[in-house]
Amino acid sequence: MSAASVFNRRDFLKTSASAGAALVIGFHLSPTALAASAVDQEKKLANPFTAWVRITPDNQVTLILGKSEMGQGIMTALPMILAEELYLDWKQVRIEQAPTNPAIYEHGTGGSGSVAGSWLPLRQAGAAAREMLITAAAQHWNVNRDTCKPKDGGVLHGARKQFLTYGELVDAAAKLPVPDFNTVPLKNSKDFTIVGHDQKRFESRAKSTGAAKFGIDSRPAGLVYAVVARCPVFGGKPAKFDAAKARAVPGVRDVISIDAVAEGAFTTGGVVVVADNSWAAMQGRKVLDITWDEGRHAAESSQSLHAQFIENASKPGKVVRNDGDANAALAAAAKTVDIVYEIPFAAHACMEPMNCTVRIGADGAEAWVPTQAPQWAQDIIAGISKLPHEKVVVHTTLMGGGFGRRYQADFVVEAAQVAKAIGDKPVMVLWTREDDMQHDFYRPASYHHMQGAVDEHGNVAAWKHFQTSTSIAAIWDKGGDEKPEQSEFATAAFIPYQTKNYRIEYTLAKSGVPRAWWRSVEHSSSGFVVESFVDELAAAAGADPLEFRLRAIGDDRKVPDFTNPKEGKPLDTARQKAVLKLAAEKAGWGKPLPVGVYRGIAGYFSFESYTAGVAEVSVKNGQVHVHRIVYAVDCGRPVNPNGITAQVEGAAIYGVSAFMKDAITIDRGRVVQSNFNDYQMPRINETPRIEVHVVNSTEEPTGIGEPGLPVIAPAVCNAIFAGTGKRIRRLPIRAEDLA
Amino acid sequence: MAITFTLNGKAQTVDVSPEMPLLWVLRDTLNMTGTKFGCGMALCGACTVHINGEATRSCITPISSVAGKKVTTIEGLSADGSHPVQVAWMAEDVPQCGYCQSGQIMSAVALLSKKSSPTDADIDDAMSGNICRCGTYQRIRKAIHRAATMQTGKATSAA
Repeated sequence: MSAASVFNRRDFLKTSASAGAALVIGFHLSPTALAASAVDQEKKLANPFTAWVRITPDNQVTLILGKSEMGQGIMTALPMILAEELYLDWKQVRIEQAPTNPAIYEHGTGGSGSVAGSWLPLRQAGAAAREMLITAAAQHWNVNRDTCKPKDGGVLHGARKQFLTYGELVDAAAKLPVPDFNTVPLKNSKDFTIVGHDQKRFESRAKSTGAAKFGIDSRPAGLVYAVVARCPVFGGKPAKFDAAKARAVPGVRDVISIDAVAEGAFTTGGVVVVADNSWAAMQGRKVLDITWDEGRHAAESSQSLHAQFIENASKPGKVVRNDGDANAALAAAAKTVDIVYEIPFAAHACMEPMNCTVRIGADGAEAWVPTQAPQWAQDIIAGISKLPHEKVVVHTTLMGGGFGRRYQADFVVEAAQVAKAIGDKPVMVLWTREDDMQHDFYRPASYHHMQGAVDEHGNVAAWKHFQTSTSIAAIWDKGGDEKPEQSEFATAAFIPYQTKNYRIEYTLAKSGVPRAWWRSVEHSSSGFVVESFVDELAAAAGADPLEFRLRAIGDDRKVPDFTNPKEGKPLDTARQKAVLKLAAEKAGWGKPLPVGVYRGIAGYFSFESYTAGVAEVSVKNGQVHVHRIVYAVDCGRPVNPNGITAQVEGAAIYGVSAFMKDAITIDRGRVVQSNFNDYQMPRINETPRIEVHVVNSTEEPTGIGEPGLPVIAPAVCNAIFAGTGKRIRRLPIRAEDLA
Repeated sequence: MAITFTLNGKAQTVDVSPEMPLLWVLRDTLNMTGTKFGCGMALCGACTVHINGEATRSCITPISSVAGKKVTTIEGLSADGSHPVQVAWMAEDVPQCGYCQSGQIMSAVALLSKKSSPTDADIDDAMSGNICRCGTYQRIRKAIHRAATMQTGKATSAA
């Protein structure tokens, strides 16, 4: 993995053994970066029978999952790839979570990169195992191995009609030399029987019977429960506290304090109530008497941030990209559009609140962690316990949602600190919903001043994008090479639309509010801004929104990734146009709709996948109703089309939550919202009909956990414009903006 | 204080604080973790169980109020996932992260016990108290219609 920090890549942090002193190594989860890291993965794969495939003598095949399952379906999609190369019957396969061992596995799960990054390495691993089994059979029969074929979980010698199961062969196979991964023959995609075919989620039964174990369900013997009182103001800490009343609550065992970790995991520290059960711990916390030192962010509010945005926007920003002369083109143009978009903080609100269970003994540590980054959890616990990594067993549990929140490690640090303090006893640090909502790492709030022009032919003559935002990258920057704009632009800096005069400027907005990766990261903002603005340009040109987009995209070409030209895949305009046309066709673009229902369209490229969405919307009495959304997605070769469809359906609803429901707002340095009463979620009665059309591509697979999200807000808002003439330029949608 | 109730068909006695919510008695005292904690304020439905057949949010139900009553949790629906609603859930491949699904299924079972052939509007009414952050609502709707068909042998007014 490259340690270099490259603009436009999602730099996830890896801490050193000490959670406090973070040795920051940028490592990258974009699909290309994951593909690049496959080289590392190959080196690690000494033997696929150690890492990926376990076969018992009775021919039970267990495939090992090195990534984390948070609902995105990776527990199904990745083993499908192994099973395909092994010629297995999918119904016979068992799946197990890998032990945390970064020497073998690339555990980090994020950036919509798991299938993209694992596609080739897992094919190679599965193929290597299969070739070893074939060789073992040929040696057993003493025949030419070309006469032996894999079939139905065994190897068949066609002429002799002899068959040996993998279970009968595995002992001998595992001792054979491992084939070179770069030359091991991969199965012809024409012969695929698993990949490309709808498969149901492997753990569906466990999740329909209550048997599935999430992190919060960990119940090691002797478990005690803890909750942490954290300063409600970001950056604050307890000045003093009196725990007498808390200690008197029945079931409360102890009250301790833990320190903040200011780098890497960014914990707040606080006062911890340890109890026999979760409820007693919560009751104890309620009666803690704490005086807070509110720190230096206590005056921050959403109003002060808005004022800062306005102030920043009154001055030029740092020039991020400058093609041609956008300012001159704007000055000379006949038709210009000059508008501002504003986007608030958003919370992840995973249904399973944050939690982590850790036991630290003298001989070793064990942890049950719902995490997208088990290797980081292992580092942290090793650091706090002073135990070597191999003595720290981290069980990656199922996650009740992740969405980027569980790539953080704040909840791990807290649990390890408490476990260390209470001695050799497992403890679960449990977050309440209020803790989870008020101590999240939020999608950055941002402000975009957009100026554009269309010429007499209806082409984009100029595109100028000034952004000021709170920036994810800025929170990781401790004098290193993180640039605040790195995390804020991606496709906003290499749009598919052609223009000779293209300028992007950026100014960091200062804030004490923690920010990080929220489903689709910067694309959730960029998608809204770019695809709303294009719609405004189309209207200025008097053009149909679909026709305008197709014309502005222009000829088939590859647009290089501006921010990561070496490793980033270029944007293929043909694929972008194809999904726009497909979504439009399936939605009946241009055909009549019921009275009062209007269509809007958006198309977007993110995580190296192409999406387009058409929304059908009506507006009545200040309320927006989304009736139907038609998606077309091209994420390369579809590994599990059923899983892809589910991810896009889910991304649509996740997107709806952020632009039709509530914002996270700040007052007196703290989050105002606390639970699902004031940070509401879309519910079943608000769910539109969602249709997903998956392009049957033969390109390499790319991301799909997040790419469904960015188009939903602009598609709906563009439909609102089509129906009412009102442009939605700040999110979430407010009744007064519809009037 | 000792409190006795019927849990999934069997007598159960617990000795806990009377105001302790049923949710935490199930999860922490009895280690029955199928019922989930989501909000603690009856806003999300993740903790839904049946008390005397009624869908109830266990996170705000004091254990004292359950004395003498019949409590059914997701674990009590079937021993093997064979309840028609569970079968329908698997057939429609509803779960994503799966965390809310115990509550969703318990709400759906309660709905179908009252309305064997629910309309979409009936489903909206009965299920809008259950949040799914993964957005599986479209499949939940299909699964409820499927379960209704399985139970009644006739198609409901599926969308």
